[in-house]
Amino acid sequence: MLAAIRKLVVQVDEIRIEMGRVVEPATRRALAMAVIANPFAGRYSDDLEPLSAIGEELGQLLGAKCVAALGIQPEQAQSYGKAAIVGEGGELEHAAAILHPRLGATLRREVSSGAALVPSSKKMGGLGTAIDVPLGHKDAAFVRSHFDAIEARISDAPRANEIVVAIAVTDSGRPLARVGGLQAQEIIGKDGLR
Amino acid sequence: MDIRRIFSHAEEIFHEFGPPPTIPLRRGAAVAVIRNPYAGRFVANIAPLMDELKPLGLELAHRLLAALKSEPKDIQGYGKAAIVGAAGELEHGALWHAPGGYAMREVLGWKGEATAAVSGQPGNALAIVPSTKKVGAPGTTIDVPLTHINASYVRSHLDAIEVRVPGAPAADEVVYILAMSCGPRIHERLGGLRAEHIDKWDGQK
Repeated sequence: MLAAIRKLVVQVDEIRIEMGRVVEPATRRALAMAVIANPFAGRYSDDLEPLSAIGEELGQLLGAKCVAALGIQPEQAQSYGKAAIVGEGGELEHAAAILHPRLGATLRREVSSGAALVPSSKKMGGLGTAIDVPLGHKDAAFVRSHFDAIEARISDAPRANEIVVAIAVTDSGRPLARVGGLQAQEIIGKDGLR
Repeated sequence: MDIRRIFSHAEEIFHEFGPPPTIPLRRGAAVAVIRNPYAGRFVANIAPLMDELKPLGLELAHRLLAALKSEPKDIQGYGKAAIVGAAGELEHGALWHAPGGYAMREVLGWKGEATAAVSGQPGNALAIVPSTKKVGAPGTTIDVPLTHINASYVRSHLDAIEVRVPGAPAADEVVYILAMSCGPRIHERLGGLRAEHIDKWDGQK
């Protein structure tokens, strides 16, 4: 592993009833998080390539953890998202270096496809900082029923020299989604949008 | 009983800035968000819900073992907790003591009160399951205490795990929690009673 991982956290959130109505099948969202050492804490570096290499590795590791936690086949994954919280010894660009250049490619392999952008969020933070990880349909970003977010938070991270990296994968959209728009069964899934 | 949501949380801790042990520490929690049937009013006789909660205790215990990729023999520490939504009262959290605690102990190998204070090891999960409870808003955190499953005084296993369910409990909900760990604190080094020196088998030492 390139990443020096201190801790891994995996959560599954299953919603069976919403507003008094049974959700059938239940919606399930998995969240996998890694707490890693930030190799660039406390110093400026022009070259952030080592963080992109770590991102590539974590796309695979955390993507696989989500799919395993849901107990599904990769092709059954429906939406995804990613986020990072950089401890105060680092800079926001460190989150960008992990999340954007290469993480998406390995994550997409773990969920078998993914024409759509992997929606993301990032921030600086301290211990217990929460971040809302955006979720979007993996094959068509305009699928309205799958616009969602899941909150990620680790009570004892990030320390100043750490970064929390989070990936979320679902096998469903929102519970009781009913505000129209593009439906999942209508998508073509080629251009990433529809 | 309306189970609205099931939430699981599993951690693998590799180190906390000290020498990494050969086996990472696994610990976690399984959580049910249920509708509080007693929300919004005082109900004198709430005890019947304890029986209804028994199957939930068993389900959460099994879910937690699965989330930790563990078998009962792997579990070394445990705890439980409840967070009651704003339209409920603390006593609704106390409903979890018997069904949550006994269900988890049963799954981990407890053989019943009759075996207590028998010389030698009469099954497993002999120790009281430590607990916390509170009334809280959606997203409230609770620290769930953890102690060794066979002897509460084992110092290396005195720990706590923070649990929080984003969005729960709503005012008319209760969050019931079971927590387990597969080992002691990651860099435990403060002596005291060791797990391998438990000899009274009375749940304490």
